[in-house]
Amino acid sequence: MWEYTDKVKKYFTEPVNVGEILDADGVGEVGSLACGDALKLTFKLDEQGKIADAKFQTFGCASAIASSSALTEMVKGMTLDEAEKLTNKDIADFLGGLPKEKMHCSVMGEEALQAAIRNYKGLEPLPSEEGEVVCQCFGVTDKEIEKVALNNDLHSVEEITNFTKAGGGCGECQDKIQAILDRLWDTAPKQPVEVKPPAAKKKKLTNIQKMKLIEETLEREVRPALKADGGDIELIDIDSDKVLVSLRGRCSSCAASQATLGQFVQSKLREFVSEDLVVEEVKP
Amino acid sequence: MSERVVYMDNNATTQAAPEVVAAMLPFFGEYYGNPSSMHNFGGQVGAKVDTARGQVAQLLGASPEEIVFTSCGTESDNTALMSALASQPGKRHIVTTRVEHPAVLNTCQGLATQGYEVTFLKVDRQGNLDLEAAAEAIREDTALVSVMWANNETGVIFPVPEIAEICAAKGVLFHTDAVQAVGKVPIDLAGSAISMLALSGHKLHAPKGIGVLYIKKGTPFVPFIKGGHQEHGRRAGTENVPYIIGMGKAAELARTRMDEENTKVKALRDRLETGLLKIDATMVNGDPERRLPNTSSVSFEFVEGEGILLHLSAQGICASSGSACTSGSLEPSHVLRAMGVPFTAAHGSIRFSLSVYNTEADVDHILEHMPGIIERLRAMSPFWAKHQKAQCATPGYVEP
Ligand code: FES
Repeated sequence: MWEYTDKVKKYFTEPVNVGEILDADGVGEVGSLACGDALKLTFKLDEQGKIADAKFQTFGCASAIASSSALTEMVKGMTLDEAEKLTNKDIADFLGGLPKEKMHCSVMGEEALQAAIRNYKGLEPLPSEEGEVVCQCFGVTDKEIEKVALNNDLHSVEEITNFTKAGGGCGECQDKIQAILDRLWDTAPKQPVEVKPPAAKKKKLTNIQKMKLIEETLEREVRPALKADGGDIELIDIDSDKVLVSLRGRCSSCAASQATLGQFVQSKLREFVSEDLVVEEVKP
Repeated sequence: MSERVVYMDNNATTQAAPEVVAAMLPFFGEYYGNPSSMHNFGGQVGAKVDTARGQVAQLLGASPEEIVFTSCGTESDNTALMSALASQPGKRHIVTTRVEHPAVLNTCQGLATQGYEVTFLKVDRQGNLDLEAAAEAIREDTALVSVMWANNETGVIFPVPEIAEICAAKGVLFHTDAVQAVGKVPIDLAGSAISMLALSGHKLHAPKGIGVLYIKKGTPFVPFIKGGHQEHGRRAGTENVPYIIGMGKAAELARTRMDEENTKVKALRDRLETGLLKIDATMVNGDPERRLPNTSSVSFEFVEGEGILLHLSAQGICASSGSACTSGSLEPSHVLRAMGVPFTAAHGSIRFSLSVYNTEADVDHILEHMPGIIERLRAMSPFWAKHQKAQCATPGYVEP
């Protein structure tokens, strides 16, 4: 059995605002039967443009019902601007927390609210259409994953699954989710593709500029790759076009890789700094 | 939480019978000898272990030498699978079903990533196997066919003796996970072609922590747990004497209570089912005929199982669900999905599993509360509202 807070239990056993407002100003529907949970949220505005009433219908587990009911309580009295800012975290906090595997229930609440507001504004009900579906099993897009990850500071695939369900079915999309997280948090094993300082190598560099650029390049392009293998690199000296480095750790003990390593460093420096550079290794 | 407890989750675990507990107690105190010892003090314990072995053998229609005590049903299943592979190194193929208990299913999925090939047989909408497909799946290099005797979620019974015959005719070993079947289905291993069979004590009113693996005489065997030569060299580790004694007693009780399971318990189950089916949009999962007498998997469409369980629990009623929320995963039961049970029903499936300790009053307690619980949850289900509208929109109905 899940560990639910008393507040979750209360909102599950005695949910408030169950039902549907027939002449609603905004209607938001998210989820599906196949996914295992779904929420239909309806709200009505008063003359000042504040949410006067909100009702829900939910198919899902106890925490989904509790999250939905809590949401309807929370939004009452809010302006649409205020409601728009409400996040899944607010819902979970209001309930005194949710088991981590159940966080997706609070995300469903936030999504339904967003959908209802969009509906009121006459926009497409499904902002998810902007994204590309990453998880086929649960129909979750890259945009949704990014948003949830940013809002809740999520860094692992497992957390994404807890919050969105994505990755929790067949599991085939897990690599793609990892890639999204890598891109988002910039934790990807560095590939020398994106951030090329363009035209750098064409320009004639001052010595200071050259030194700085070499340092940056080693930092950005070389060191992470070596570190991934348990090694490291240190810049010893720069003598006009000669770059003296010392290779450390695992790399330095492996004679066979030494030659390739030097070449790797050299090719990076030539690519990003100057074609004329020569890398030489000094033994520490 | 209500005072009263109505326990209908016996496929998960059962209450240890008071007779079983009483039989075990002396072996926690006075009789602490090691049955493998040469002295009389240990020897008298050894004799009791033999009695227990005989009691289990009798329940299964086997001979005592074919009975090996293990720590649980899962260990028995693992032992059977691993032994079949280890004793026939050239054979790297296993046949099993999609609806096995995780003890077999996950083990086989693991083997499939380690260079073994596994065929997972399908079931139909009623949860039944296609015997011809099973026969066709067997190949030259098939080491083992492993098919459960009865399904833990739906209670559907597979024609295990027939499948064993097919395997024997092709010279292939056959194992069955009979954890749910023993004590509810008559089993006569001597007259069967079954090579190995797993059972679990705690599904049978013995306590948790004891299992049995039956190994037919002449079956090639390699132990899973290696060490001393307890259990005739087939399962190392000092015998868990009190639990073995309890297992023996439970086997004896099960043998004498088999009729009761199939008359009294079945009647209670049917009474429960009939009552539940009066609730709108409700259905029973699994072949209604070929089913364990104690199990009922009922789906209440358009609601989610966890909510039902929590409301039941508040009334002291213990059951389980195949819904995603309760399975700890995000998808509903692999058994119901393999059967093609629609999502509307799979998420709202509740399993009631009875035992000889249940009464008519238990059933009536459930029947008293269930309609209200389902009604409450449906009142807040968007799908139920849509379903109602769709029903109303059938021809002949005029919108007011
Ligand atoms: S595609 Fe994401 S879990 Fe299957």
